[in-house]
Amino acid sequence: MSRAPSNILDRPLGGRGRNSSTETAVSQSAFAYLYSELVQYHQSRVASISELERRLESSGYGIGLKVLELLSYRSRESKRETRLMNILQFVSANVWKSLFGKPADSLERSIDHADEFMIVDYEPLTSTYVSVPSDLGQLSVDSFLSGIVAGVLDGAGFSARVTAHSVTLEEGEAGYGSSNSSLPPRKDKAVFLVKFSPEVLKRDTGLER
Amino acid sequence: KNPYGADDGIEEIHAGGLELRCFQTRTDVKFVITAEPGTSDMEYVLKEIYLLYTDCALKDPFYELEMPIRCELFTQAVDNLIEHVEKNGPSKR
Repeated sequence: MSRAPSNILDRPLGGRGRNSSTETAVSQSAFAYLYSELVQYHQSRVASISELERRLESSGYGIGLKVLELLSYRSRESKRETRLMNILQFVSANVWKSLFGKPADSLERSIDHADEFMIVDYEPLTSTYVSVPSDLGQLSVDSFLSGIVAGVLDGAGFSARVTAHSVTLEEGEAGYGSSNSSLPPRKDKAVFLVKFSPEVLKRDTGLER
Repeated sequence: KNPYGADDGIEEIHAGGLELRCFQTRTDVKFVITAEPGTSDMEYVLKEIYLLYTDCALKDPFYELEMPIRCELFTQAVDNLIEHVEKNGPSKR
């Protein structure tokens, strides 16, 4: 009795072959409840907002490393990314697509600082149902996602500090309707600020020549 | 009589200037709505609010059960719902 050998990394999560196409999707509610529990778990153990954000980031870091490995393997590219812009494109397009089903909404370079870039997502998955109370001010629960990005970048050899910020939407931005029509449209977008270490910048400008 | 077992709940009150309708969930959460007499489709509104409650309050890590609901998303969504119903009447999705 032999099965056609299929590498576990090529098989989708969930589903045992027969109905794997329907069983690979997890309900968004299930994820929302799980993530809500994760946030509450950390919140009961920290004393400050920044510590909570840092804990969420470290929760996501391990995922970033694994996602990088998985995507690199699946894409069967023989060369790894060594240039800054390429790895950023990889993150905002491929990583986002595999995690959320669509590429990030935009990738921008900061005008003031040469080592800062911003990845924008108008509907980050982690904060769809979250209302941050006013006494927690600047907290962004999307820090989990910035941890994932940091993991991917670190794993690829571009050490960076990634932080999540909720930026209020300007008039007319993100005009397309939200995927869940019963919820009011979001008032803010998530901006992931990526700040690369100086040696990464130096190496990249060196490679340019 | 409530078919789901609990008989202690108020279902409807018609008074001089107002009408009160109650919706009780299987988990003993009660949604009470007060409106002007003659308002139609309060049942629909109550069910929609229940839906919004599960989405915006229960999935919010900062909402604690039994506490007053301070989730901005919830209040916004309820406002939008009432506005929508006022304008269009009940629209079954």
